Amino acid sequence: MNLHLLSLLGGRLLVALLTLLIVSFVVFCATQILPGDVAEVLLGQAATPEAVAGLRAAMHLNDPAILRFFRWLGGMLTGDLGISYANNRPIAELVAGRLGNSLQLAAATALFSVPIALALGITSAMLRGSLYDRSVTMATITVISVPEFMIATAGVLIFAVWLKWLPALSFARDVHSFGEMLRIYAMPVFTLSFVISAQMIRMSRAAVVEALNTPYAEMAQLKGASRPRVVLRHALPNALGPIVNAVALSLSYLLGGVIIVETIFNYPGIAKLMVDAVATRDLPLIQSCAMIFCVVYLLLITTADVIAILSNPKLR
Amino acid sequence: MAIDAANTTTASQRRTGYRFNLTGWISLIVILAWALIAILAPYVTPHGISDIVDTDYFGPMSLQFPLGTDYLGRDMLSRILFGARYTVGISLAATLIACSIGVTLGMAAAVTGGWFDTVLSRFIDALSSIPSKLFALVAVAGVGSSIPVLMLILGIIYTPGSYRFARALAVNVNTADFVTVARLRGEKLSYLIRAEILPNIIGPVLADVGLRFVFIVLLLSGLSFLGLGVQPPEADWGSLVRENIGGLPFGSPAVMAPSFAIASLTIAVNMLIDNLPQKIRDRSE
Amino acid sequence: MSPLVEIRDLKVEATTDAGRRVEIIKGVSFEIAPGEIVALIGESGSGKTTIALTLLGYTRAGCRIAGGSVSVDGRDMAALSEKERAKVRGVDVAYVPQSAAAAFNPAQRIMDQVIEITRIHQLMPRPAAEAKAVELFKALSLPAPESIGSRYPHQVSGGQLQRLSAAMALIGDPKVVIFDEPTTALDVTTQIEVLRAFKSVMRQSRMAGVYVSHDLAVVAQIADRIVVLKGGEIQEIGTTEQILSAPKHPYTRELLAAFSPVARVAAQAAATASPPPQPVLELDAVSAGYGRLQPNGKPLMLAVDAVSFKLERGRNLGVIGESGCGKSTLARTIAGILPPSSGHIRFDGRPMAPLARDRTPEELRKLQIVFQSADTALNPAQSIEDILGRPLAFYHGLRGPARDARIDRLLDLVHLPRALKHRLPGELSGGQKQRVNLARALAADPELVLCDEITSALDTVVAAAIIELLKELQRELGLSYLFISHDLTTVQAICDEVAVMYRGVKVEQLPADQVGKAGGHPYARLLMSSVPKLDPSWLDTLERDPELVAAFSKR
Repeated sequence: MNLHLLSLLGGRLLVALLTLLIVSFVVFCATQILPGDVAEVLLGQAATPEAVAGLRAAMHLNDPAILRFFRWLGGMLTGDLGISYANNRPIAELVAGRLGNSLQLAAATALFSVPIALALGITSAMLRGSLYDRSVTMATITVISVPEFMIATAGVLIFAVWLKWLPALSFARDVHSFGEMLRIYAMPVFTLSFVISAQMIRMSRAAVVEALNTPYAEMAQLKGASRPRVVLRHALPNALGPIVNAVALSLSYLLGGVIIVETIFNYPGIAKLMVDAVATRDLPLIQSCAMIFCVVYLLLITTADVIAILSNPKLR
Repeated sequence: MAIDAANTTTASQRRTGYRFNLTGWISLIVILAWALIAILAPYVTPHGISDIVDTDYFGPMSLQFPLGTDYLGRDMLSRILFGARYTVGISLAATLIACSIGVTLGMAAAVTGGWFDTVLSRFIDALSSIPSKLFALVAVAGVGSSIPVLMLILGIIYTPGSYRFARALAVNVNTADFVTVARLRGEKLSYLIRAEILPNIIGPVLADVGLRFVFIVLLLSGLSFLGLGVQPPEADWGSLVRENIGGLPFGSPAVMAPSFAIASLTIAVNMLIDNLPQKIRDRSE
Repeated sequence: MSPLVEIRDLKVEATTDAGRRVEIIKGVSFEIAPGEIVALIGESGSGKTTIALTLLGYTRAGCRIAGGSVSVDGRDMAALSEKERAKVRGVDVAYVPQSAAAAFNPAQRIMDQVIEITRIHQLMPRPAAEAKAVELFKALSLPAPESIGSRYPHQVSGGQLQRLSAAMALIGDPKVVIFDEPTTALDVTTQIEVLRAFKSVMRQSRMAGVYVSHDLAVVAQIADRIVVLKGGEIQEIGTTEQILSAPKHPYTRELLAAFSPVARVAAQAAATASPPPQPVLELDAVSAGYGRLQPNGKPLMLAVDAVSFKLERGRNLGVIGESGCGKSTLARTIAGILPPSSGHIRFDGRPMAPLARDRTPEELRKLQIVFQSADTALNPAQSIEDILGRPLAFYHGLRGPARDARIDRLLDLVHLPRALKHRLPGELSGGQKQRVNLARALAADPELVLCDEITSALDTVVAAAIIELLKELQRELGLSYLFISHDLTTVQAICDEVAVMYRGVKVEQLPADQVGKAGGHPYARLLMSSVPKLDPSWLDTLERDPELVAAFSKR
């Protein structure tokens, strides 16, 4: 049985690696489709043909695409992320500090939103059909249906412009005290939490509702178990796999949300770096940022899968 | 089983028809209104979209300018009505691309099975593990953001989701005995897909089309908000928020109005999906 | 002595899709004395489970008790609040579910679930509860009673789970136990063990019981009185002897008649009159299974092991066996869904390709298969007309009026009104769907029809009518049937010969009336002796050779 479990986990890991390979190929291709020459772009209008040819050779742009792909992939694996076109600095250096900032933001959001979202999702499943449940459902549908920037701008309008509780759109000052840090993090974390909680509430509610519709939940009720006992002892343990999945999937929405939120609040994270890179068409930087995002995403999803496998008693 | 008891009694009097609730009706009307505005945009705008009609910028709501004016003093209402064209049009085209490719491939993979299904599904799974916003950023960086390109990019990004959804449904139907019977009769792939699978998954698939439309509207707006989507002088709802973001500290209506336009459309589609007309299957007595 | 349970004019309403309320239990009254076992019997939709659940004050989603009273030990369950009902459940009234496999929580150990009632109602300390559970496991003759509680539900067999669910119900010493079709999902040889265990425990404890079932023979073994239900109304109440020997209500008589169908005799006469028989289907050492082929050329999971037989034109062969014996795999192999790993199939004297897609259209047309569940065998999105019209167009190229006329004739053949052709399958009853299912096979003008458990999902009366129809069609169209079933009585009613399968092997093939007689294969004897009889003393007097049981029961 345990051998079976190991092979299952090994399989998941292998799938994740294969996926990463395909993803890196897609990312590489997408940034290479456009005709037009990087060397010309870099040297600008005034470049002489000789200079362009020299740079092309230096950048190995004359090699076949597949060779360049593997060279690029090899660089990624060994930590050599290349040089930014825009300011000629090593990408690893640019990314390092920014990544930390983004992870801080993500961690704060996760710590804040996961407990609240799960509590809302599970309680609304328990009180299915009640006014409380219907309001939660209505609110989540609304949040899911509106763009992230709307939540962010509405938040700024309410808390910064009307109530004047929080700083609005800037991050450009040093943090001296805990209180100040709270005030600065509040808006981005608040916005991001809204975005990912909605998904988490919906999915955890669905998972618990499904587990409550099973014959064994009905059986527990017929044994005289109270509603909370049916949910906590019988439905939740079986909904654990789907709920962990919901959490992982929602955290992956952080990636999408973070792109908007970092831009709107001018937060010096990796997503802001990437958006700026897209605006300047700094391809090596875009590729690196994209790969970092995908790795994080795959880590989340694979972790969720592993937990789901481990929580299944049939595989224990 | 208890409900079954009522249904199995001999059907003598059948009431057929559909039940459609109020929320459904309101949602449908909102959607149709935006569709109509998108088609008739040039005829319904009170002012020219690039005419500077107000001496002041970020003007407040007034009788003359119901939604105020933008950062150059142009009429916001006209710009939003015209923006519907881009938001609805591009999103609709992208949705059609994503769903027609996704659903067809999904059904074919489910019915064919074997290595075709395995390889295709593995590849699609990998594609869908690229977060959509990120995919869009990379693609826009690579190929730019003209309107046809945007349609194509958005369509491709949401094809994997549509494929996975349709395939999961089709796999389910494919195991039913009636498909086996058709196969044993000697039917070909196209017949199996068209007559046996599609009619049995069409309901959920249409709901998924709506959901995907919402996703696409949100992604397109997000891209435009970042300045990477629809490019000036053309402006969809996302771009309108971007160009007027400077009005936020003044609480200008120009910032929130386009957001509300997006929300009204996406919430209406979501509500319509949740409140689709239900066929009355009531045959007892 | 005053009754323990007293149901008076009970009415239960269900809400339909259109939001209308429909009465599904229409004023039912009966009582149960202490220690008495009352059976509720009827076809699906008769409301028997709904009534039984009201004893717990419980109705399924969309239903509610609309009137009357359900008094259990002096308390009216219909009038109690949900909190008070919860106090009664498990302590005064306990429930044994239809499918124990689904009713056990897959994420909890068995012991925790068996003693859960004592935890919820704080009846006794945990060690005492566990000791009591082990006593119950012994009384229910479960293997390894000391350790079985530490397993997870998926680690024990279906028959054991069913007995464990009885232990789960009995742990709180309830006054009434509700058995909701507890043996329906089991094989006959397992059913006997479970029935015996239930009966002895109930006898010892002197608890009252409600036994819900559709099977009169099973009920006859365990019940003191029988309540016959149809369409939410009581047709007849009587002692078990009276119902079985002197039924008053016509519906009860119909139920009893369906239980002993007329054996087939006509084919015997026809066969002697016809020229020397020629096999329509011939299997030569056919093996099939699932999974990768091993080096010895056999699949990983061998489901059918070197089965050979001949089926002569105009005659019928039955294949019987318990779940997992390979009979359905055999049907799938013959139909060309699953290719045999070795062996040959000959049809009309010619070898046939292993896979359906490699067979000629003529071969596909002449060999039709009818599946068990008409619910999944008919496309819910196509009208009956389209379902029947497609094979006509596909095989015979029929169009327009010619096709319509043929559809009408097919509907006549299976005794369905012509007006039905505009309906969708979802708008037909179970029996009607199965008739359409048959008609579609007939549309191909087949020579051989494979019938895979086609009566198993139907109520007894409806199934008996389908068997009669099959016989009639055979007389008119000269068909041959390969009839696969787990139910020996049904097979004997239609087949000339019966093949018995056990673990993929055909253990014997005999004329239908010879099966299970002395001198036959021991497994066939065991199987035959396990089929419940209408005689109430059958279970008590039945003697089974313990060695035989040990050798063949799957546990």
